[in-house]
Amino acid sequence: MDPVADTLRRLREAFSAGRTRPAEFRAAQLRGLGRFLQEHKQLLRDALAQDLHKSAFESEVSEISITQSEINLALRHLRAWMKDEKVPKNLATQLDSAFIRKEPFGLVLVIAPWNYPVNLTLVPLVGALAAGNCVVLKPSEFSRSTEKVLAEVLPRYLDQSCFAVVLGGPQETGQLLEHKFDYIFFTGSPRVGRIVMSAAAKHLTPVTLELGGKNPCYVDDDCDPQTVANRLAWFRYFNTGQTCVAPDYVLCSPDTQERLLPALQSAITRFYGEDPRSSPNLGRIISDKHFQRLRGLLGCGRVAIGGQSDESERYIAPTVLVDVEETEPVMQEEIFGPILPIVNVRSLDEAIDFINRREKPLALYAFSNNKQVVKRVLAQTSSGSFCGNDGFMHLTLDSLPFGGVGASGMGSYHGKFSFDTFSHHPRLPCCAAPGWRRSTPSATRPTHLAS
Amino acid sequence: MRPSSSPAPRCSLSPGTMSKIGEVVQRARAAFNLGKTRPLQFRIQQLEALRRMIKEHEKDIAGALTADLHRNEWNAYYEEVVYVLEEIEHVIKKLPEWAADEPVEKTPQTQQDECYIHSEPLGVVLIIGTWNYPFTVTVQPMVGAIAAGNAVVIKPSELSENMANLLATVIPQYLDRDLYPVINGGISETTEVLKERFDHILYTGNTAVGKIIMMAAAKHLTPVTLELGGKNPCYVDKDCDLDVACRRIAWGKFMNSGQTCVAPDYILCDPSIQNQIVEKLKKSLKEFYGEDAKKSRDYGRIINSRHFQRVMGLMEGQKVAYGGTGDAATRYIAPTILTDVDPQSQVMQEEIFGPVMPIVCVRSLEEAIQFINQREKPLALYVFSLNDKVIKKMISETSSGGVTANDVVVHNSVHSLPYGGVGNSGMGSYHGKKSFETFSHRRSCLVRPLLNDESLKARYPPSLAKMTRH
Repeated sequence: MDPVADTLRRLREAFSAGRTRPAEFRAAQLRGLGRFLQEHKQLLRDALAQDLHKSAFESEVSEISITQSEINLALRHLRAWMKDEKVPKNLATQLDSAFIRKEPFGLVLVIAPWNYPVNLTLVPLVGALAAGNCVVLKPSEFSRSTEKVLAEVLPRYLDQSCFAVVLGGPQETGQLLEHKFDYIFFTGSPRVGRIVMSAAAKHLTPVTLELGGKNPCYVDDDCDPQTVANRLAWFRYFNTGQTCVAPDYVLCSPDTQERLLPALQSAITRFYGEDPRSSPNLGRIISDKHFQRLRGLLGCGRVAIGGQSDESERYIAPTVLVDVEETEPVMQEEIFGPILPIVNVRSLDEAIDFINRREKPLALYAFSNNKQVVKRVLAQTSSGSFCGNDGFMHLTLDSLPFGGVGASGMGSYHGKFSFDTFSHHPRLPCCAAPGWRRSTPSATRPTHLAS
Repeated sequence: MRPSSSPAPRCSLSPGTMSKIGEVVQRARAAFNLGKTRPLQFRIQQLEALRRMIKEHEKDIAGALTADLHRNEWNAYYEEVVYVLEEIEHVIKKLPEWAADEPVEKTPQTQQDECYIHSEPLGVVLIIGTWNYPFTVTVQPMVGAIAAGNAVVIKPSELSENMANLLATVIPQYLDRDLYPVINGGISETTEVLKERFDHILYTGNTAVGKIIMMAAAKHLTPVTLELGGKNPCYVDKDCDLDVACRRIAWGKFMNSGQTCVAPDYILCDPSIQNQIVEKLKKSLKEFYGEDAKKSRDYGRIINSRHFQRVMGLMEGQKVAYGGTGDAATRYIAPTILTDVDPQSQVMQEEIFGPVMPIVCVRSLEEAIQFINQREKPLALYVFSLNDKVIKKMISETSSGGVTANDVVVHNSVHSLPYGGVGNSGMGSYHGKKSFETFSHRRSCLVRPLLNDESLKARYPPSLAKMTRH
C-alpha cells in the first residue's frame, strides 16, 4: 500500500485532463494562495516564532511580504508570460511562423527547507502553479509548526485535485523520490542535492537545486568600518544566521580587522541591545542537532565578540571569531548560524586566490569605497550572485534570477524566472495552412526536386 | 591529445592512457584558470580558426562521413557542415551583445545602484557526441561552449570511427590544444572521463545512456543538457495534400537511412488513406533514390552490424508494402514501409533509427492524440493538415521537444529556436543564443556605493518601533 502512489496518480490524471491549463484556473490558484497568506498571517507568524523565534518584523519582511509580492507579480503578468514567443527565422523558414510555446511540465515536486519555511516553500509554488503544473509539496519536518499550517490549512485554499502536501523525514522523502516526477525543485544542502539529482536521473527528471556554500565577504582597507559593520552584522545575524546567502566569513587585513571589531560590537549592541538573549529581534537555532554543531564551532580560533550560548533555548549570541585557521571546522562547512569568522589576508590578490581555491558559493560580497576593487572581485571570481557594498539586497529584485553555480546549485527562480523554470519551451515552426503549397527553397532538398 | 603531425591515430587508447584522461582534463582546467578564455577576442579567434578548419578540411569531413555512413559530398555539406558554419557566423556576430552585462529593472530602493546580470563561463565543459551526424552533434555544441568562454573536452562517438579520428587529428591543428582536447575511445574510456569533474556536460545519444550520464553528473552536482530520442509521431490528416506531405515525410524519414533523432518515426493515419500514403511515399522514394536505392549516391548505410541486425529484426512478422530487404555485407537496408502495424509489436516499442516506416491506423484525431499521450514524450512531433484547427488541437493536447506542422525536421535549422527534448527525449537545449546561455552562468549582480547608512537606517533592528511584539 503506497498512499503516495494514489495521490500522484490522481494529480497526473487531473493534469492529463487539462485542468491546470487555462489561465483562469492558474490565476484562481494564485489568488487562493494570496488569501491563505492574508487570512492566516498571524497563524504563520506564530508558527515562525515557535520554529525559529523569528521576530514579527523578520517574518513580515523575509517570509510573508516577499511571498505576497511574488503572487502579485505572477497574477499581473500571467497571461503575458503564457503567450507564445515569436522568434526571428533563417532563410529556409522565412515564410513560416516560428515561435516558442510555454508548457507546464506536468507533475512537479517542491522540496522545501526549514530556514525560511514560508518563503522557500511558497515562492517556488507560485512559479509551479503559474506555469500550469500539478504540485506536490514536501515542506521541511524541522520547522514543525509551519509544516503543520502548510499541511492542514493551505490545501483548503487550493484545488486539491491538482495539489497535495506530503509529510515526512529522510525515509519518506527517499520513498517519494522513487516515483517519477516531471520536475523537481529542491532547496537544501549540497549533500542532499546530490541524492535528489541521482534519484531524478533514474527518471530523467530535470531539476533546479538551490543549495549552499560558504559565502565570502571581502572587506577592503578603503572603507568606513561602521557602515560595513552595520551591513555585515545585519545580514549575518538575520534569522540567527540561518540564511543560505548570508555572509559566511570575512576576508580582510589585520588593520581592517582592528577597525571592524569595535564597529561590529557597536552594531550588535545597537541591533540587539546589551543582552541579545532578551532581544525580540534575535532568533533561535532550529534544532538541538544544529545547536550542538554550532556550539562546537565556537571553539575555533578566538572569540572576539559574543560566544555565549544556552542549550535550553537553543540560543547562541551574535559572535565574531578571529585568529581562525583555514583548516578549522568553522572554515570547512557552511556555518548557518550567528557566528562570523574573520580570516586575515595581506592583499586583494590573496583574498581572490583564497576564494577561488574553494567551491563556488551561492553569494559573494565585497566592500570598498573604491569601485575598481569591487569590480575586480566580481571579475575574478564566480558565485551564484554578487553584491558590492551590501548584503543580500539583490534578492529583493524580482528582475534578477536567484540561484547557484557549481556546488551551490543549478537553475534559478524568482519573478519570471520561476515561471520559465517550471515550464518547458517547445519550439514550433508552423507552415500557414493556406498557401502552403508554395515551393520552399530547394537548397535543403535533393536537387532534382521542386518542392 | 595526439601530436598533430602523426598519421590518423587509432581510435581506442592503449593501456596506461586511462591516467592520461585525468591529465588531459586537469590541463584543460589549468588553462581555463589562467584566464585565457576570458577576452572575447580570444574566443572569436578560436571560432574563426574552427571555421577555417572546416573550410580547409571539407573534403576530409565528407570523406569521413562517406566512410562512416555512406553519405555523399552534397549531403555532407547540406546536412551537416552548413549548419555548423551558419552557427559560427551567427555566434561570432552576436557574441559581444550576448556577453555584455544585461541591466535589469530596479526597485525604488535600488535606483542609485547598478543592477545587472553578468554572464560568465562555467569552466570546463564536456561534450559527448554521437554517431549519426557525427560532425554536427559534436562540433555545433562546441561553438556555443567556446563562445561562452569555457574550456571544452570533446568525446566523439567511437561508432563513427573515421570522424572520431579526423576530429582528433585536425582540431588540435587549429584550436588551443590545452583548452579544447579531443578524447577518443569506447565505453571504458567514456566511463573514465565521466569520473572527472566538469562544470557542464552536454550529451547527445539515447535515453538509457542519458540516465547513466546524469547519475555520474549528480556526484559532482554538474548540470547537464541531454539531447536524447524517442519515437517521433507523424500524424497525417485526411484533409491534406498527400503528394506534398508524403514527399516531405519521405525526405525527413529516409535521409541518413533513417538515423536522425528528429526523423518522423511512425505515421498515424485513417485507414482510408493508408494505401494512398503508401503509393505516394513509394513515388517520392523512387524519385529520390531510384528503383534500387542501393545504387543511389544519396542513400545512406546503417552505422554498424549490431544496428543493422536490430533494424532488420523490427520488420519480422510485419506486412511489408515496400522494401523489406537488406544486405548485411554493406549494411544496406532498403527504404521500407510497413502497413497495419500492431501498436504492441516490437517496431512500435523502440526508436527505430532506421529506414523503416510503420503506419499505424487510427480512426480519429482524438485517437491519434490519445495514442501519442500514452507514450513517452518524443523529441519531435509532426502533423500534416490543411485544417488549422487540427494542427492547433494536436499541438495543444500533446507534448514534445518541438513540433513542425506540414513539414519535418526543418525546425532544427532555425538557430533562433532552442533545440532540445522533454521527458525521456531530454532536458535543456542549445543552438544559437541558447547555447551561449546553456554554457554560461548568469550571475545576478548588485553594486551600490558605500555611502553612509542614514537612508538604510529603517531596515535595522530594533524593530520595536515598527512592529508590535508577538
